[in-house]
Amino acid sequence: MDLSYTPEEEEFRARLREWLTKALPTLPAKPSPDDWPGRRAYDLGWQRMLYDAGYAAVHWDAAPTLRLIFLEETERAGAPYVGANFVGLLHAGPTIAAEGTPAQRARWLPPILRGEQVWCQGFSEPDAGSDLASLRTRARRDGDAYVVTGSKIWTSHAEVADWCELLVRTDPDAPRHRGITWLAMPMDADGITVRPLRTLAGSAEFAEVFLDEVRVPVANRVGEENDGWRVTMVTLSFERGTAFVGEVVACRRVLGELAREARGNGRWDDPALRRRLGRLDAEFRALWRLTQWNVSEAEASGGVPGVGGSVFKLRYSHARQELYDTAAEILGPGALDLDRPWVLDRLSSLSYTIAAGTSQIQRGIVAERILGLPRGR
Amino acid sequence: MNVRFRLTDDQRALRAGVRELLARCFGREALRAAVGAPGRLDRTLWRILGEAGFFALRLPEADGGVGLGLPEAVLAFEEAGRALLPGPLVATHLAAGGVPGAAHGETVVVAVDGELAEWLDAADVVRGDASGAVPLRSVDPLTPLHRLPGPGIPDPAAGGPDPVAVLLTAAEQLGTAGRVCELAVEHARTREQFGRPIGAFQAVQHLCADLLVRTETARAAVYAAAVTAGPADIAAARLLADEAAVRGARDCLQVHGGMGFTWEADVHLHLKRAWVRAQRAGGGAQGEELLAAVLAG
Repeated sequence: MDLSYTPEEEEFRARLREWLTKALPTLPAKPSPDDWPGRRAYDLGWQRMLYDAGYAAVHWDAAPTLRLIFLEETERAGAPYVGANFVGLLHAGPTIAAEGTPAQRARWLPPILRGEQVWCQGFSEPDAGSDLASLRTRARRDGDAYVVTGSKIWTSHAEVADWCELLVRTDPDAPRHRGITWLAMPMDADGITVRPLRTLAGSAEFAEVFLDEVRVPVANRVGEENDGWRVTMVTLSFERGTAFVGEVVACRRVLGELAREARGNGRWDDPALRRRLGRLDAEFRALWRLTQWNVSEAEASGGVPGVGGSVFKLRYSHARQELYDTAAEILGPGALDLDRPWVLDRLSSLSYTIAAGTSQIQRGIVAERILGLPRGR
Repeated sequence: MNVRFRLTDDQRALRAGVRELLARCFGREALRAAVGAPGRLDRTLWRILGEAGFFALRLPEADGGVGLGLPEAVLAFEEAGRALLPGPLVATHLAAGGVPGAAHGETVVVAVDGELAEWLDAADVVRGDASGAVPLRSVDPLTPLHRLPGPGIPDPAAGGPDPVAVLLTAAEQLGTAGRVCELAVEHARTREQFGRPIGAFQAVQHLCADLLVRTETARAAVYAAAVTAGPADIAAARLLADEAAVRGARDCLQVHGGMGFTWEADVHLHLKRAWVRAQRAGGGAQGEELLAAVLAG
């Protein structure tokens, strides 16, 4: 067991730190959360800066430990989050890299890395959430194109996306996991309607996407026809792997801020509150170590994050909610004021036990795939 | 390339070796025999542990020890926790090199820990002030206890409990957490009701999943604290491990249903031991306050 870094890794960290110190002050002002074109430009601009500095592909081809250092340092320095680049860098990109043809990789990956194109995700449907494999958006073959009709939901950045990684049903008669195909759909195609979806936090974070006879070239299919479920699983294991590294670092910073706030407003004198903060500190220390453990495991197994990500996600999503509930206890009546810090974060934290597989779905995965319990319903 | 935050081959071998040794000299029969003879410390077993290097694990080879580090000690104590190995293991381990005979299992060393002392009547050497100690009818049949009149924290002049003792307790709790998770899963796989294994029901699956999540989160914290040996990391590890052991044993009992409520099933032994260890210095409010103080800078 070793928690130290190699000289090469320390050098990577030092160079990155130095670059961040110089690069971050050159960033433009942060756009408002409702300014979608502004957010797109800002996020793509940041990705371009990473590209020019040689860090663009750190999510893909760097060793897991270097990726960990990258996420840790960028978060510490207050660098922008992947934002609109999320699906391209962490979903569609890795999927295309793993499953695409050389021509597809050459076509789609460089624009993602250079910060030129935004991808969104068309997986969930109104009637296919946790039960993703029941998705019904239909793709019918017509010459050299698929004709797609249906609707998708929870699609982040749909308004400003260039491409959508889309799951469609190509064989309605096959067993449900075997009739699904993965397509890259251009978002400027005819027949696409995007309707923003307001979340309980008040922001238009997601959208619904309606598809009416949209023509998607067969050349845009990644993987074989009806093999989309397997292709998708590659993507999902990325999401449940190292996707939360930066957030754990951020949560530990917030915890320190909460302690300062509590000392300032007198709540610190309450031993029950101090103990709650102390326990949260233990929690996030442990989650950081669990991250390092999972990264070490991933490194040993050739870079692909395993089902251990479910263990992390279950614990982390709960801890994050507890963090912001504790913030609310410290704020007192201020917890009802949307202009106070942490109040919006508390609202967003409610999605953590739902998004990317609900806690209930994750427990099922842990029980059946890790513990080997019989399949249930 | 670094070894990384995983067990090395040597550490895996050590863990397997300790598990094998304990299965041989303290298997289920020995465990149940010990339950039937409460308060009696098996001196033969103690010497076997001593000869195997359990107490002298971290003592330098020049001093007749094994010369290994805290991570290895943590792995050994995790196995001891799994096996429900009785006796003042932590106190004797910490006394190796300081108290003659402790290193090789010839001396049984007991330490006063807060308001309690474990195994006081079996002690050859008592560390700390045990005057006024009164025996109590221990909830754990495998841990005789004395209550002390004094105040809580041992050796407050030295700044609280020995972090290594806190960590080794966490390691024992981790062992319990891992074991009760296995016991729950085994039972859920084999026990049938409504025509199928109860592990096929989501309500039972989710209890088992939470058992694993708590165990693996605690494992990362305990192993990391063994590497850094930092007091804050150790306090965190202890909080997580106490929770994983106590709540884990409770959930394991629940998964066992009526069987879990019997004396015959081992589940209650794990729960009771986890309760005893959770009372040792460094856990609960003590650990939480330590971490809060670090947070406040």
